Amino acid sequence: MLHSSSRPGVVGLALGFLAGLGACAPGGAPIGAAGDAAARVYVAPGQHDEIYAFLSGGYSGNVVVYGLPSGRLLQQIAVFSQYPEKGYGYSEQTKGMLATSYGFVPWDDVHHPQLSMTDGMADGRWLFVNGNNTPRIARIDLTRFETEEIIEVPNTAGGHGSPYITENSEYVVSATRFAIPTPQADVSIREGVFGGMISFIKVDPANGHMQLAFQLHVPGYNYDLSRAGRGVSHGWSFFSTYNTEQARTLLEANASQRDKDYIAAVNWRRAEQCVAEGKAEEWKTPYAHNLVGEDDVARTEMIRTQKVLNAKSCPEVMFYLPTPKSPHGADLDPTGEFIVGGGKLATVIPVHSFSKMLKAIEAKDFDGDVDGFPVIKYEATIAGEVENPGLGPLHTEFDGNGFAYTSVFISSEIVKWSLETFKVVDRIPTYYSIGHLLIPGGDTKKPYGKYMVAMNKITKDRYLPTGPELTQSAQLYDISGNKMKLLLDFPTTGEPHYAQALPASVIKDKQLKAYALAENRDPYVTRTEQDVKVTRQGGKVHVNMTAIRSHFLPDNIEGLQVGDSVFFHVTNLEQDWDVPHGFAMLGAQNAELLIMPGQTRTLVWVPQRAGIFPFYCTDFCSALHQEMQGYVRVSPKGSGVPLAWNGGSGTIK
Amino acid sequence: MRRSSRVAVALAALALALVYVAPLWRIDLKAPQYPEGLGLYIWVNRITGREPNDLRNINGLNHYIGMKPIDPESIPELRLMPVAVAILIGTGLAAALAGRRAGVIGWIGLFGAGALAGLADFWRWGYRYGHELDPHAAIRIPGMSYQPPLVGAKQLLNFQATSWPGLGGWIAFAALAMVLAVVVREWRKPRAVAG
Repeated sequence: MLHSSSRPGVVGLALGFLAGLGACAPGGAPIGAAGDAAARVYVAPGQHDEIYAFLSGGYSGNVVVYGLPSGRLLQQIAVFSQYPEKGYGYSEQTKGMLATSYGFVPWDDVHHPQLSMTDGMADGRWLFVNGNNTPRIARIDLTRFETEEIIEVPNTAGGHGSPYITENSEYVVSATRFAIPTPQADVSIREGVFGGMISFIKVDPANGHMQLAFQLHVPGYNYDLSRAGRGVSHGWSFFSTYNTEQARTLLEANASQRDKDYIAAVNWRRAEQCVAEGKAEEWKTPYAHNLVGEDDVARTEMIRTQKVLNAKSCPEVMFYLPTPKSPHGADLDPTGEFIVGGGKLATVIPVHSFSKMLKAIEAKDFDGDVDGFPVIKYEATIAGEVENPGLGPLHTEFDGNGFAYTSVFISSEIVKWSLETFKVVDRIPTYYSIGHLLIPGGDTKKPYGKYMVAMNKITKDRYLPTGPELTQSAQLYDISGNKMKLLLDFPTTGEPHYAQALPASVIKDKQLKAYALAENRDPYVTRTEQDVKVTRQGGKVHVNMTAIRSHFLPDNIEGLQVGDSVFFHVTNLEQDWDVPHGFAMLGAQNAELLIMPGQTRTLVWVPQRAGIFPFYCTDFCSALHQEMQGYVRVSPKGSGVPLAWNGGSGTIK
Repeated sequence: MRRSSRVAVALAALALALVYVAPLWRIDLKAPQYPEGLGLYIWVNRITGREPNDLRNINGLNHYIGMKPIDPESIPELRLMPVAVAILIGTGLAAALAGRRAGVIGWIGLFGAGALAGLADFWRWGYRYGHELDPHAAIRIPGMSYQPPLVGAKQLLNFQATSWPGLGGWIAFAALAMVLAVVVREWRKPRAVAG
């Protein structure tokens, strides 16, 4: 008390000094936005944003949807994690989505969203996204912003170089980040032979359904990031690798010994040929395929076999492009000609030329081979090296006007450079330690451009502090002029990795407003209030219930017993826009249900005690929402209280 | 009557056939939480929502004030009106064929009487829906009734209800106006010239 009150002047001075420091970046340039930034990002009340941006929610397991340029959060799409707000992974209809060969895995680490493509342009049909930890790929439908399908990727650990999509959505492609024995085996960590796997997952153009077409068995490096070729390089995929040293311990130093690692260029058309020629073997690693059926219920199929093509048995399927040093990004310019390596520890940004690569392959301009695969001479493929890119270049996006933008982690900046001169033309700080960056359409044939988003790993002082864990930090930049301009900071969730964005007009008018009740094929749908019923099958009780403003039917149920499994199948009878109903049951070891109009969702409740238990609507649906509740009577096991309810053929009147 | 007048009467009668494919009347509803609005179309033989689920949603909302659900099946006029319009078309064509001024005037009388009866009936249904409310309803406001206006706009709790002819209604009024114009025109000419 004495201390703080006796020296206010000193404290004030110190704060003033710190504030003064905070106003200047180390280089002396003022921190903050361009003069007209507020007007550039202001979207007036009731107006819509220009762009949908889909940011990975990182370790939240979700995809997070923002409007740009406002940076307003629009929606969280539950993908790999249970999400109680929507009952995702809790309701009987959605539990199946989180099944894996390891059983129910209710969490994952989302990294890289990829929009479905037609002729190298985002077509707005689906968003694919990978789970890194227990390798999986999900497909999100963009008319309802819900996860419709998840396929597990077998023989893989760390599904990081994933799910990089080809220009007509022929495949989503996934590569292993952590080398492991392939197939899995109980071997010595230091001495065992490890392998890698690049998986080609076919996408059905009619409905987006995924199917593991084949896997390419490759040496046990860490395959980090990838891009599928486009335009001139369509038919190839490119993978950055690190730890070609194949270290098994203390990778931070042991995987950083070589001057160059590789970008692996994989000719997947060639791989398709070899598979067609019968060169693939059948392996038997089980993996789960979870799909929402026409009845809107996620069901799991456990698949027992897969085709694995040993890359060595398929000549000319893979070539190595030496790339300095421990490269992270392997990004393609809009034409597909330039392959940009983001060497985390490199002093330049190497830019390979696809056409030079093809010539070098033809001329066999190789530096020998490694693990049986030709290593093309560095000088033979390199189109240019961008000097002075900053420290730790990672990822590159493109504006479609001849410029590339590379995120630079250690020096915490974005450098803009020319694809003609390979010279840096502009640089701008990020706050702080940027990972991925996003330009809307920046990985397509014709980038939309205009804006750029930095997704950072460190937040520090950018927002009001909230204890040790801070919100995640993103910045929006204007890239319409010669100089990049900072427009906006906006917080994000769960550490975003990569992101995708498209003009709102591509999907805005395709949004579903309500599920058609007449087309609801849930096995326990209740289409009218006359059809409500409660049926007992041994210890299972099925409640076919309806919800409509502002009541449930039945809302009185008697004859349930302690230890029963009570299935509340709640159908939302609404056919109106923005009228979900919720359903919550006292004591349920579960989450709420959030039921969209016309949809059926099921919550299982095992009553533990005799008594009267209320349930209620959790989504403020109407003026009489507070009245939207009901009671369930639970009797002791073996009680003679008969099953009774109100509504339909029920006996409670 | 002149040939052109007879053609005009025939066209007016035939134009009435369009009410089978265009709504006679529409009621539009707007509220703070319905910026997109809800709408009812009254056709010669049915009542529909402006959007596929509008009728269902209007009935859903009306249950709070105890209004009976609007059930087109329970409105016998929707079965009578198509016949009445068919008779009107038939008699109109007959009047055109006969070419007698008295016949056309008679037809105008029939048409006008039908239109008035229709409007009166519409008002009566509106009155019944608006006044015959379930006493057990959640929202009961003493003295408040919910009859939509015959024509024009009215605030009913949070909803602004606007009632107005639909395309079919406008066509019917235009047909009536055209035939009235024919009669006025024929009135000014000596009978002998007609034919």
